[in-house]
Amino acid sequence: MSKVRVLVGTRKGAFILSSDGKREKWEVSGPHFAGWEIYHVKGSPINPNRIYVSQTSGWFGQIIQRSDDGGKTWHQPGTPKGQAPEPGGVAKGDSNKFAYDSSSETGKPLTTHQWYDGTQHPWEFKRVWHVEPSLTDADTVYAGVEDAAIFKSTDGGENWKELSGLRGHGTGPKWQPGAGGMCLHTIILDPQDPDRIYIAISAAGAFRTDDGGESWKPINRGLKSQYIPDPTAEVGHCVHHIAMNPKRAGVLFMQKHWDVMRSDDAGDNWREVSGNLPTDFGFVIDVHAHEPETIYVVPIKSDSEHFVHDAKLRVYRSKTGGNEWEALTKGLPQSDCYVNVLRDAMAVDSLDKCGIYFGTTGGQVYASADAGDSWNPIVRDLPAVLSVEVQTLP
Amino acid sequence: MIRVVLPPHLRTLAHVESEATLEVAAPVTLRAVLDALEARYPMLRGTIRDHVTQQRRPFLRYFACEQDLSHDPPDTPLPDAIVQGKEPFIVLGAIAGG
Repeated sequence: MSKVRVLVGTRKGAFILSSDGKREKWEVSGPHFAGWEIYHVKGSPINPNRIYVSQTSGWFGQIIQRSDDGGKTWHQPGTPKGQAPEPGGVAKGDSNKFAYDSSSETGKPLTTHQWYDGTQHPWEFKRVWHVEPSLTDADTVYAGVEDAAIFKSTDGGENWKELSGLRGHGTGPKWQPGAGGMCLHTIILDPQDPDRIYIAISAAGAFRTDDGGESWKPINRGLKSQYIPDPTAEVGHCVHHIAMNPKRAGVLFMQKHWDVMRSDDAGDNWREVSGNLPTDFGFVIDVHAHEPETIYVVPIKSDSEHFVHDAKLRVYRSKTGGNEWEALTKGLPQSDCYVNVLRDAMAVDSLDKCGIYFGTTGGQVYASADAGDSWNPIVRDLPAVLSVEVQTLP
Repeated sequence: MIRVVLPPHLRTLAHVESEATLEVAAPVTLRAVLDALEARYPMLRGTIRDHVTQQRRPFLRYFACEQDLSHDPPDTPLPDAIVQGKEPFIVLGAIAGG
């Protein structure tokens, strides 16, 4: 019977929630890396026991952890597993070294970005927001970082190299941090075209490469952001998350700061599909595993009140690819609820009856084994949830 | 033998239960101790000093013999009590955040 493994990153550690295909009884493992902020945990689709973790701290900086046994044991890539190295032992890599490329001619920073006061500011690495394992090679993994850039490792996370064509393509000086920092938080690999990658940055917008990361272009046509000087600018939009059904590459759904958007041409053009949502502010968005026109969002009251609308935790589902939305409430709190659901905190499994999962800033992780019709909490009292991923296992 | 006291999270990363002990060739300076610490425990690279700039991370401090050495030049010799192993060199995390 199939199994699912839900990988949860929280403000104070990582948790692994496991169940069989019924998704009724759950085993909870954790906290892993107790006390650290775990921005993201994601497994390789090639080798599900290979799991990558972004572990960060305001005190100690960035750590990358890796498991090769499904989360039972962990190590920093390039260092011995579970023990201190022998004296004189040499580490093979610098798994937490994310050094931005500089100009090959001058050695100076490749570019600068716009600071809060409008001046230019150098890029400064802060943390990894998102790890995205390759669809074809378990040792290849991408990292989306703050300040916004994308890095790639081809040796299981031991060493990282920036794909600097993204920052260097020309609009970098116009990018600026959002309230949460200038983060590259979304990486989508196209299963049909290995050279095509989509990324999203707050607050710059969405970008695409069609040559494996050498060159990038902004894909923000159709986005309108009233809070920036030119509402339809090429860059500067606060994209919160993008989702794509891997079986229908090129059709993208976006939760922008405000507005839920859709593109049917790989991001070249976007149109709004917020329709009858009670508010179109939010962070998460995801697509049903088997029904590519069925999408999910969690509306949040506003950008100044980061909690759910009307004190009710409601997932909204559209079966028409947007515009027409229904509230899914069965099993979710419908009064006195003031949680948020952050951008990487929703995931779908690929069982026949698609499971949907999301985590809240109140520490609950909810699961639906019937595509959102009903929900149950797997856990209620974790630290604030930053990210949720799910693995569907044989 | 140089004794180094680390914050609990770094002890966990390095798989060190109590103090780390290091052989450091003379002259024993702040930089030499940190270089030796990172060489012996490579999982600590980047957690005390920035990978690129080698600057002390802002929320960490260096103490030895009840002195705050955090702003001393990195090549300043450490006190004899540290060199002789009578006192530990302390990497301390700031009490900050919530």
